[in-house]
Amino acid sequence: MKAFGYARAADPADAVARFRPGTMYLGGGTNLVDLMRLGVAEPEALVDVSRLPLSGIEPEGDGLRVGAAVRNSDLATHPLVRERYPMLARAVLAGASGQVRNMATVAGNLLQRTRCPYFQDVSKPCNKRRPGSGCPAIAGDHANLAVLGHSPACVATHPSDLAVALVALEARVHVTGPGGTRVVPMPGLHRLPGDEPQRDTVLEPGELVTAVTLPAPPPGASLYRKVRERASFAFALVSIAAVLDVAPGGTVAGCRIALGGVAHVPWRAERAERVLRGAPAGEEAFLRAAEAELEGAEPLPRNAYKVPLARNLIVRTLLELTP
Amino acid sequence: MIRIEGRDKVTGRATYAAEYPVKRLAYCYPVQAEIAHGRVAGIDTTTALAMPGVLTVLSCMEPPELSPEADPELALFQRREVAYRGQFVAAVVADSYDNARAAAGAVRVAYEPASHDVRLRADHPGLYKPEKVNPDLPTDTEKGQVAAGLAAAEVTVEATYTTPATHNNPMEPHATVALWSGAGDLTLFDASQGVTYARNIVAQALGLRPERVRVVSRHVGGGFGSKGTPRPNAVLAALAARAAGRPVKVALTRHQMYDVTGYRTPTIQRIRLGADAEGRITALEHEVAEQSSTLVEFAEQTASPTRIMYATPSLRTAHRLVRLDVATPSWMRAPGECPGMFALESAMDELAVAAGLDPVELRVRNDPDAEPASGLPFSSRNLVACLREGARRFGWQDRDPAPGARRDGRRLVGTGVASSTYPARRLPSQASASIENGGYVVRIAAADIGTGARTALTRIAATALDVDPDLVRIELGDSDLPHASLAGGSMGTASWGTAVTLACQDLLRDGKHGFADTTEILRTLPNLARHAFGAQFAEVRVDADTGEVRISRMLGVFAAGHIVDATLARSQFIGGMIMGIGMALMEQTVTDLEFGGFTNRDLAQYHVPVNADIERIDAVWLDEEDDELNPMGAKGIGEIGIVGTAAAVANAVYHATGRRIRDLPITPAKLLL
Repeated sequence: MKAFGYARAADPADAVARFRPGTMYLGGGTNLVDLMRLGVAEPEALVDVSRLPLSGIEPEGDGLRVGAAVRNSDLATHPLVRERYPMLARAVLAGASGQVRNMATVAGNLLQRTRCPYFQDVSKPCNKRRPGSGCPAIAGDHANLAVLGHSPACVATHPSDLAVALVALEARVHVTGPGGTRVVPMPGLHRLPGDEPQRDTVLEPGELVTAVTLPAPPPGASLYRKVRERASFAFALVSIAAVLDVAPGGTVAGCRIALGGVAHVPWRAERAERVLRGAPAGEEAFLRAAEAELEGAEPLPRNAYKVPLARNLIVRTLLELTP
Repeated sequence: MIRIEGRDKVTGRATYAAEYPVKRLAYCYPVQAEIAHGRVAGIDTTTALAMPGVLTVLSCMEPPELSPEADPELALFQRREVAYRGQFVAAVVADSYDNARAAAGAVRVAYEPASHDVRLRADHPGLYKPEKVNPDLPTDTEKGQVAAGLAAAEVTVEATYTTPATHNNPMEPHATVALWSGAGDLTLFDASQGVTYARNIVAQALGLRPERVRVVSRHVGGGFGSKGTPRPNAVLAALAARAAGRPVKVALTRHQMYDVTGYRTPTIQRIRLGADAEGRITALEHEVAEQSSTLVEFAEQTASPTRIMYATPSLRTAHRLVRLDVATPSWMRAPGECPGMFALESAMDELAVAAGLDPVELRVRNDPDAEPASGLPFSSRNLVACLREGARRFGWQDRDPAPGARRDGRRLVGTGVASSTYPARRLPSQASASIENGGYVVRIAAADIGTGARTALTRIAATALDVDPDLVRIELGDSDLPHASLAGGSMGTASWGTAVTLACQDLLRDGKHGFADTTEILRTLPNLARHAFGAQFAEVRVDADTGEVRISRMLGVFAAGHIVDATLARSQFIGGMIMGIGMALMEQTVTDLEFGGFTNRDLAQYHVPVNADIERIDAVWLDEEDDELNPMGAKGIGEIGIVGTAAAVANAVYHATGRRIRDLPITPAKLLL
């Protein structure tokens, strides 16, 4: 690991004031420290924001305000989260292991990097790590990489479970930075790779996530489901966060679907949602919706399985949510 | 028995190789080849040498002195040719681990790359017939006429099964601390499955007489074969300590373990099976293609279990090897039997389906009177009893053979069975026994790699001496002790236990001191087929939507002679079975076709089973009397638990879904497409 400076920020403004090019904010360190050990991240300095007073979970109207430094395990077990957003608790608990969740923070979870094997191996090219060096994953080991929204420059996936749930819940990410404060909606925080795969999110240099706010829970029933070949401590092959509200007549009054493990972003399935709105809730419409969403899929030779997997997962999850 | 060193281990007092407190210790960090094939054109160490704390740099540009007899994987920096990605081409020695690692990153290596070939395929033009396969078995066997047997068959199965490269992944990473004395004697604290053997190999590599080398390995955190032979870290530590003039530690990272500590070769196996209308096998053929490196011929004995499993008038087994630009494969739990029995026992299930026979019954019907390939009588063989007992305990009689017939909500439920087998061998060992301070001390250069060998040997010695185990102390893990075979091939307890028993008997005769060497005894054994057998039963639930496979029940029934210690044995059997579940469902190291080496070189990307994957699992054993084994009447149990597990799971997946997956691991991807 390359030598680096370390400072503990007193408050968010102090953290931002300490930011220089080459500085990185340190949360739980469960991904960043790994990347530093691998030589993937080589920050000049770390500004530790894990102890900032950003670890509260407070009701905000019918919604919730979650501090950026809240640990994943605290988020998953908080009574208000379990009561209002059980899907969110399930998503967090589906991620990593108990030990990792005890360390990992909300902001760090959202900003974690892809686990693409080439991104993590500095002896090989990677456009995300070294722009312009190429993407060996396209011809190589991409069994768990993207089928939607990827580019010739990058086929990485975003690994978070939490982010998938937050995209379905339409969370808002509160940011402070050299240019002041702003609010970034989800979806909208993460970006597709295009020809700039080195940029995972729309955040500008020096911007610091301070909180995530959740609007009132959407009406209907919700579920998070994660598919993996190992029962625990594995990234999703595909995951889904779904909310379904069925009107008394049996038509879909509202619906939100987000997919994990399929794209560079937690993927909001807007096409599927459009098909479903007003449609009769049932297997036929759910399949139509899934297929509409996956029409845009461009699987690679060794990850084509993700298309039927995502389709089945959408249909099955919506069926389970149908009263 | 409760594990003797259990308290030391859980309280952190047990010392592992990397933990020995050594004064003036320096640290060595390797530089690894970034091409799969070619030549090192030059190495610029200027920057590295100027970095803080750096003591010296070793590299293939200035080959350190090693014996020409050194095993090519251990002949570090002797040639500038690169045989595989990840091979050590240089190393930095510094006063701290971080300084060594940082400087290793600053060593500039220029390459002359050559085209590489890292992909095993069944039609590879480089496939050839090695002279023999491991450990010293014939490459091919042939009895009768397979073609005629197939022609005469009522039902036939012909299928190709493939297994991927897999890695051992012991919990303790490989590490060595090397110290040279002023007189030029070498001591290694090494993570080793056999200190006598390690001493001899390292001495050979360094061109030293074996007596000049001492290897100490008192506690080892798992090996599964990867520590069976010394790995490059052992020789690197010795070379670095010699160059630096002070003790040096080499502690491999998990990534480096994937590169240089061995792996199980991928295999491509073709099986042809024929049976008559009653399900009696008329022909059985097992052909294997597998890989080795360009450095060393390592020929896994994958088809060897097929030579001993089932009665048939015509039987052919064959191994073909291709030398690729890859690291040398090595030992991994039940080498040969484990991948081979996946193919054979999957094919037997296919034959049962084709013949409309129950798979337990098919195996019972084909149980041989003598070892099929050799004609040798068995010392004991209780496969049928294992199958019957397992079927009874597992509730097999209620099974509807139709695939896809049982459901649990959205999950398809199926059950499968497979046989297990593993040879019961011994290697020569020595042991001493003496009375000291009112107790008994037994000394043997055995290894406890987490199996409980220390505890088992205590029990064996106590039995031989007819005293309470509390009065017996075992000293092991030091090559200065009486020479012993390694913890491998499920031979440890049998080999060491023989020497320990005889040494204890000698002590009882002598009254003060006892010693035994089993070399002569093992030379004059009757020629018999000695194998343990078992039957494994799996119940799987396959999610119809996602292809996720979970094992809801697993039972192993084994016949392995006398079981020395029930507590330790159960851990060995279940541990093997869980590792087999990993092989069945998730374990695979992916070869990087573009760059060479492997892509998933850590435990986040290479998945082994976790607790959540194991629901109900049990292992039981039959009382088996066998007087043709050793004084304990024991067959080895370290490996048989992993043999057949993957086939039992694959057969259960077939029963659940109607899908026959012949390519491990059985992932959602394969079930969905």
